[in-house]
Amino acid sequence: MTSVAAVHSLWTMADGAAGSPLAPGGPSRIPAPHIEYAQLAPTLIVLGAAVLGVLVEAFWPRRGRYYAQVLLSVVALAAAFAAVIGLAAGGFGTTKAHIAAMGALAVDGPALFLQGTILLVSLIAIFTFAERRLDPATHGRPVDSFAAQGAAVPGGEAEKAAVKAGFTTTEVFPLALFAIGGMLVFPAANDLLTLFVALEVFSLPLYILCALARRQRLLSQESAVKYFLLGAFSSAFLLFGVALLYGYAGTVTYAGIAEVVSDGAKQIDPALADTMGNDALLLIGGALVVMGLLFKVGAVPFHMWTPDVYQGAPTPVTGFMAAATKVAAFGALLRLLYVALPGLRWDWRPVMWGVAILTMLAGAVIAVTQTDVKRLLAYSSIAHAGFILAGVIATSEDGISSVLFYLLAYSFVTLGAFAVVTLVRDAGGEATQLAKWAGLGRRSPLVAAVFAVFLLAFAGIPLTSGFAGKFAVFKAAAEGGAGWLVVIGVLSSAIAAFFYIRVIVLMFFNEPKADGPTVAVPSPLTMTAIAVGVVVTLVLGLAPQYFLDLAGQAGVFVR
Amino acid sequence: MADFSFPLLSATAVVPAVGAVATAAVPAAKRTAAKWLALLFSLATLVLALVIAVRFDPGAKGPFQLTESHAWIADFGVRYELGVDGIAVALIALTALLIPFVILAGWHDADALEKDATKRWRPTQGFFALILAVEAMVVISFEATDVFLFYIFFEAMLIPMYFLIGGFGDRAGVDDATEGAARRSSAAVKFLLYNLAGGLIMLAAVIGLYAVTADQLGTGTFSLQQIVQARAAGDLTMGTGIERLLFLGFFFAFAVKAPLWPLHTWLPGAMGESTAPVAVLITAVVDKVGTFAMLRFCLQLFPEASKWATPVVLVLALISILYGALLAVAQKDIKRLVAYASISHFGFIILGVFAMTSQGQSGATLYMVNHGISTAALMLVAGFLITRRGSRLIADYGGVQKVAPVLAGTFLIGGLATLSLPGLAPFVSEFLVLVGTFSRYPVLGIIATVGIVLAALYVLVLYQRTMTGPVRAEVRAMPDLKARELVVVAPLIALLLFLGVYPKPLTNLVNPAVDHTLSVVDQQDPKPDVRVNAVPGEAGTDRDAEAAK
Repeated sequence: MTSVAAVHSLWTMADGAAGSPLAPGGPSRIPAPHIEYAQLAPTLIVLGAAVLGVLVEAFWPRRGRYYAQVLLSVVALAAAFAAVIGLAAGGFGTTKAHIAAMGALAVDGPALFLQGTILLVSLIAIFTFAERRLDPATHGRPVDSFAAQGAAVPGGEAEKAAVKAGFTTTEVFPLALFAIGGMLVFPAANDLLTLFVALEVFSLPLYILCALARRQRLLSQESAVKYFLLGAFSSAFLLFGVALLYGYAGTVTYAGIAEVVSDGAKQIDPALADTMGNDALLLIGGALVVMGLLFKVGAVPFHMWTPDVYQGAPTPVTGFMAAATKVAAFGALLRLLYVALPGLRWDWRPVMWGVAILTMLAGAVIAVTQTDVKRLLAYSSIAHAGFILAGVIATSEDGISSVLFYLLAYSFVTLGAFAVVTLVRDAGGEATQLAKWAGLGRRSPLVAAVFAVFLLAFAGIPLTSGFAGKFAVFKAAAEGGAGWLVVIGVLSSAIAAFFYIRVIVLMFFNEPKADGPTVAVPSPLTMTAIAVGVVVTLVLGLAPQYFLDLAGQAGVFVR
Repeated sequence: MADFSFPLLSATAVVPAVGAVATAAVPAAKRTAAKWLALLFSLATLVLALVIAVRFDPGAKGPFQLTESHAWIADFGVRYELGVDGIAVALIALTALLIPFVILAGWHDADALEKDATKRWRPTQGFFALILAVEAMVVISFEATDVFLFYIFFEAMLIPMYFLIGGFGDRAGVDDATEGAARRSSAAVKFLLYNLAGGLIMLAAVIGLYAVTADQLGTGTFSLQQIVQARAAGDLTMGTGIERLLFLGFFFAFAVKAPLWPLHTWLPGAMGESTAPVAVLITAVVDKVGTFAMLRFCLQLFPEASKWATPVVLVLALISILYGALLAVAQKDIKRLVAYASISHFGFIILGVFAMTSQGQSGATLYMVNHGISTAALMLVAGFLITRRGSRLIADYGGVQKVAPVLAGTFLIGGLATLSLPGLAPFVSEFLVLVGTFSRYPVLGIIATVGIVLAALYVLVLYQRTMTGPVRAEVRAMPDLKARELVVVAPLIALLLFLGVYPKPLTNLVNPAVDHTLSVVDQQDPKPDVRVNAVPGEAGTDRDAEAAK
């Protein structure tokens, strides 16, 4: 053999290449990847439907597009949820839990539980996306919360033309489906690259969705730009962290990293001989990856985007984002800390203590001064991120299941609360200024009472899901030896209770203003969303045992 | 109890809860029907409470009777466990007894709001539904023997209470509607924040208790009986520091609720701004859960820490007695005066609880019942008075007894009961508390007696300024008590007189439970050098005491 053949072996698939001096024993055959399609069905269904949605957008007549998109999204999400149930019933959550797709994705209890939660929440969120009765019809056509044409300059001629033509942005449905697809992968990602890809897949559609508000478009676009820039930063941090961790461990799989952390590097990759096993890389890399995830959950000090984005984004998107993103991001954080970095817990636990305390206190204290209901809910979501972190810190099976339960409880309350916000309107669209909500309880006792239920659940008053969730995470934290964290947690709950109560005072005890907002009567879509929110809130508050069992069974990660 | 027996305790809580829902559902036009419906449900609850009292056997063994126990949230170690001891029976009876009077007295309280009523906004229905909701939650918290179950309703009752204070406040003496609303809502918010903060601190302690039991017993539990038994058997030993912290967490919440100085500041506002029946609901019913819980949970769960904290608690109770009474003397507002008087009385109750003697604790329990009845009588009559004149200020009255003698007379009896006149029920309990305290802490007992003198001062001065003297022009046309109001006041006064001369039914009910509590805390009555002839539970004692005066 001559060297010519050796050169050929670089780019041909010639088998064997025996005696090739350049690739002694190197990978001579790329094996076909083995993909367990059935076990990845939930994600595949959603992403497939998203692609179909794009095609619908391209080929379906405009007149029927809205119905086609809503139907497609709902069917896809329901089918994906059924697939999750099927997998869970098939034992993939417990005994058959394993790593699928060549080590990229985990199919285990937490992944299935979180995917089920994300799908249910998304299904409800799609209902609020599809709501078309709240905004007054323009030019005789019903419109939703989204801009007539996202690309048109706000207030420009193109926008006026688009509004006049009665355009609606039905693209939001495939965008949402892409985001949901990414969120389904995120908590299941079992290596750092899949984690990063999933992050981008769900973040990019969200940036666009944030920019699409029909009213106050500038505010909406500003929020999208802020979210995008800060999100890009955090992605960069995360990616840098991934690179450093690869340098440390020579692999990006969670199991591989965990092994190197606990036993040290066994086989030194010659290309990484200088870096492997270097603790500085591990610590810095781990910190950067965690930072990227903390950004997504909105923990202090990476929370700055939350209030602006929550306020500017169209309210259905805010609700969806606040609920589903948090579920996905906490799922990913849990898996990273529990599967990849458990050997490092004496290092990350003190840091997480600090982050949790800061998050709880800052969220609760700053929320007190808010005058806009969406910003208020944004800061409350920050405070809740802190409570959930208390469960993450527990580093126990109880910790996992309590976080899972909290996420389930929290996401439905959040979705319901934002759905109520879409109903309270005046001439300028949604009346999100708190001062305008004065006396709402007199005008529309039912809507105000429903919102009060959500607020009480946020505040963690017994008999609501918020209390059961809070109790679960604090219990896990206390058993994990974080007693003082629990004390700080209940203190910040007390602060948080103050501003939730303030809204209730405003709604029920203040005299209504003459020019106050009215409550629009929604279509059954939003009504369903709110009703589901209330029912879940009360059921999880009164009889949480079944769901706690579910979360408990799901509380083991596969490695 | 057998599995198929009628769940009497659950029913007593469920009936008012169902009543609350039913009342709230009455259509807007039928508001009188809503009132009757609420009254009916409260009377049905009273019947059930009386059945509990009859079925309860004070002599039976075991701390709790009529128990019910069902699985609830296994993951949290929480069971739906109910059971009553004599103390709980007495307080359930008090609650069930007072609620019909509260409803009757508040018959027209929500009428002023009906002008804004719409098909959906139904103030009358809301008002009575909330009262029944509070009753349901109070009853179940008296019955719960699972700490978590208790905690849930202890906290949840704040919400209906909050709406009662903030939504249906006293309109008397409020000229500006907006300002009135602001004062009401700030009183309601203060009430809620104080109690919520107390409750959340207790939540930390509740979680801590779970962690301790889970650590030592293998599975976490909230069952009061199980924890007490495990402690007695030595299976559960809390570290001194842990036990003290947990005790403080629990005690803080109960001290806010009770309220104990210096955590009392929400009470005068809440009572002043709410209507008289709601004020009765606060001080005579809801606050009793705080002192009751000290007896049932603080002492029994954390006996060592309770003994450790006793000196401080006693001093705080003493300050409450004197401070409340002094501020009551200085009040210009009738309802705030009653509120400060209540703070003084809660001081007596807590003093009796923590004196750790059988007389003290029996006295404290009787005090809870008697204070409930006497305050209800005084406050409701004061409410009738205030509604007639439209002012809460003492200075706006004068000479009422010449215009409305029945009103003045009932007011006087309510007042005399408040100052513990011998012959009226509160005297028995106050005497027992003082004797119980004296036998262990003579100095504290002596100082506490000053509270009685001050009580005489604020009650009699109040009566003198409002009822005696020349008839003021504004009160000249004041009508006397109407039939509905007499129906409210007469039974309360009759009860005050009856329990004043014959407290035996109550003491028989309460004493075994008190002895049990003391045995858990491992405290014996001190042997006094001079034998005080006060065997608790003997009616003769009280007569002797009266004779001695």
